[in-house]
Amino acid sequence: MDFFVDFILEPAIKIGVVFLVVSGVVAYLTFLERKVIAFIQVRLGPMRVGPHGLLQPIADGLKLMLKEDIIPSGADRMVFAMAPIITLIPAFIVFSVIPFGPTVTLPFIDREVDLFITDLNIGILFLLAVSSVGILGVILGGWASNSKYPLLGALRSAAQMVSYEVALGFSIIGVLLLSSSLSLVDIVHAQRDSGYWFVFLQPVGFMIFWICGVAETNRAPFDLPEAETELVAGFHTEYSGFRFSLFFMAEYASMIIISSMVVTLFFGGWLAPFGLTFPLIPVGLQGVGWFCLKVLVFLYFYLWFRASWPRYRYDQLMNIGWKVLLPIAIANVVVTAVLILLLRG
Amino acid sequence: MATEERTLFDSSEITVSMGPQHPSTHGVLQVKLKLDGERVLDAECVIGYLHRGVEKLGENQTYGQFLPTLDRMDYIAAVSNCLGFCEAIEKMLEVEAPPRAQYVRVIMTELNRISSHLLWLGTHALDIGAMTVFLYCFREREEILKIFENYCGARLTTHMFRIGGLQYEIYDGFEEQVRTFINDFPSKIDEYETLLTQNRIWVARTRGVGVLTTEDAIDIGVTGPCLRASGLDWDIRKSNPYAAYSEFDFDIPVGEHGDTYDRYLVRVEEMRQSTRIIQQGIDRIPEGPIRAKVSKILKPAPGDVYHSIEAPKGELGYYVVSDGTTQPSRVRVRPPSFVNLQALKQMVIGHMVADVVAIIGTLDIVLGEIDR
Repeated sequence: MDFFVDFILEPAIKIGVVFLVVSGVVAYLTFLERKVIAFIQVRLGPMRVGPHGLLQPIADGLKLMLKEDIIPSGADRMVFAMAPIITLIPAFIVFSVIPFGPTVTLPFIDREVDLFITDLNIGILFLLAVSSVGILGVILGGWASNSKYPLLGALRSAAQMVSYEVALGFSIIGVLLLSSSLSLVDIVHAQRDSGYWFVFLQPVGFMIFWICGVAETNRAPFDLPEAETELVAGFHTEYSGFRFSLFFMAEYASMIIISSMVVTLFFGGWLAPFGLTFPLIPVGLQGVGWFCLKVLVFLYFYLWFRASWPRYRYDQLMNIGWKVLLPIAIANVVVTAVLILLLRG
Repeated sequence: MATEERTLFDSSEITVSMGPQHPSTHGVLQVKLKLDGERVLDAECVIGYLHRGVEKLGENQTYGQFLPTLDRMDYIAAVSNCLGFCEAIEKMLEVEAPPRAQYVRVIMTELNRISSHLLWLGTHALDIGAMTVFLYCFREREEILKIFENYCGARLTTHMFRIGGLQYEIYDGFEEQVRTFINDFPSKIDEYETLLTQNRIWVARTRGVGVLTTEDAIDIGVTGPCLRASGLDWDIRKSNPYAAYSEFDFDIPVGEHGDTYDRYLVRVEEMRQSTRIIQQGIDRIPEGPIRAKVSKILKPAPGDVYHSIEAPKGELGYYVVSDGTTQPSRVRVRPPSFVNLQALKQMVIGHMVADVVAIIGTLDIVLGEIDR
């Protein structure tokens, strides 16, 4: 019975909750994006479906599902059908290692529950590895469409994602040196024990991670793969209806992941700022609340960037990735390592 | 290439047809690009998709009837089109519009210049990815269009002036509405500049892109902000003043490098100068008649006339030949966009595909005027 509860029931409930919540957040992130950008641009945004357009994501989802599923002639049907799924699944799998909150004791049944699906001892490696698989879907989707623009778009996206992943990986090493652990939960604990969020100890690392994160999710100002002025819609030009929505969901899920990673690695995860506590609210709820709030701030930054900035040219993008961010990231690792060695003796 | 087999990844030239249904060619312009990877080796413009035979139409209409047709050339700056032709015919008839009409003409033309530049700035920024600027620009442009609508009932193809002066007296509250606009507008320009001028991405995308030297600009015949950004101080409002421009105090912004960034700065500064002109005009509108004595049926003496004005996009010239009847015997338009577009090839060669979009945007072309 204990085995059933520990290894099947509890994880199943947690996975279900996380999956549903993430799906809902993805849907409403599109709504938030339209509203935020609309307000920045002195417009109202969606207003027709439901009060203040609150049901808009549902209407959009229904529309996409009911649309005709078009597969271009000459496309590799199987790969074409699989590509969006290959992109989407890793984007959701990685949520399994994100620590949303601390370990808490549930009232009434007196049971210790972790407010995360699992604490993998190589959590961050797992996260980077799995999220990289999503690129495969992008390449396959562009290639299987049998059309020029998607192929060019897919190659661009892939090149962009891969090259920014290098600098992204280096920017994390500083945090790993400080926490001496690859587990995301331990990284949060290390920030609690040291008393400082790692953003104060690793400001350069944070900046590089955040820039690379924005670039890796192909968002403005690095949204070249979708630059309609040149490449129509990039790798998903030929996709429509439900398959398109899968790509779309994957993009927004990766935005949430990058924001969650920033919060976990640099902003103390579920930890409250200045040690704030509210005595009446359960500790677990407070932790999850702080986590969500911080993630929301970074999601807002994503939207803010998109509304404010022009987009880079492809060669400029590559120059920044390889010639600016990567050297700084490596220098940051070296400086951090030397300082730790000197200070800890 | 050493290998015989050709693959998709060979670095051989490929030809890409950009337009006429491309989101960023600003109308029905087709550009045939020869590319080596992302580099442009050659570019050829294909125009004529919007040809309506405006010049030929002019030969079959009376002088007055032809005016609304002209609004359809550069539909972004219809007021300038109208002004140019009215003044050309007035020159031919040897009449002059009364001072009050001249002042209203200047105010309207400058408002139109601002609205044209706003549309240019919005779409140009949108092409480079800054979409908020686009909506901000349209917000202010709307105020100008409201003034036009109140004055003559139309927003875009305004048919604003008549030969010899104006059709309508300015409406009640006109001065107040214009004053409100020009009081607010400079702070709005600052807003656009906050978003773009110092923005590293904007500078990276526009500095050194599409450079046009002064010599090349003169050789090709480029006029307007594009020429001034290349470093030549040439503005018909100053060099050959028409309407009442000689009575106004304003500066001509001039660029140094002739690149896309300079053209952006020149146009933004022109908007500020236009605000100055409107301010002076609205303060000093003289009283008096609004239309000179012009007969109902116009029959200019046989002869020809060339008159050019500084339209928002450059020198807009009209060459009209009269044979003494009610209809012109020949009308020839010198459209600024058409001449400026010739510089495109020179400007894009050696740049990336993404720059082509920026360069087409910076030339500020309107296909209605190019094809006529």
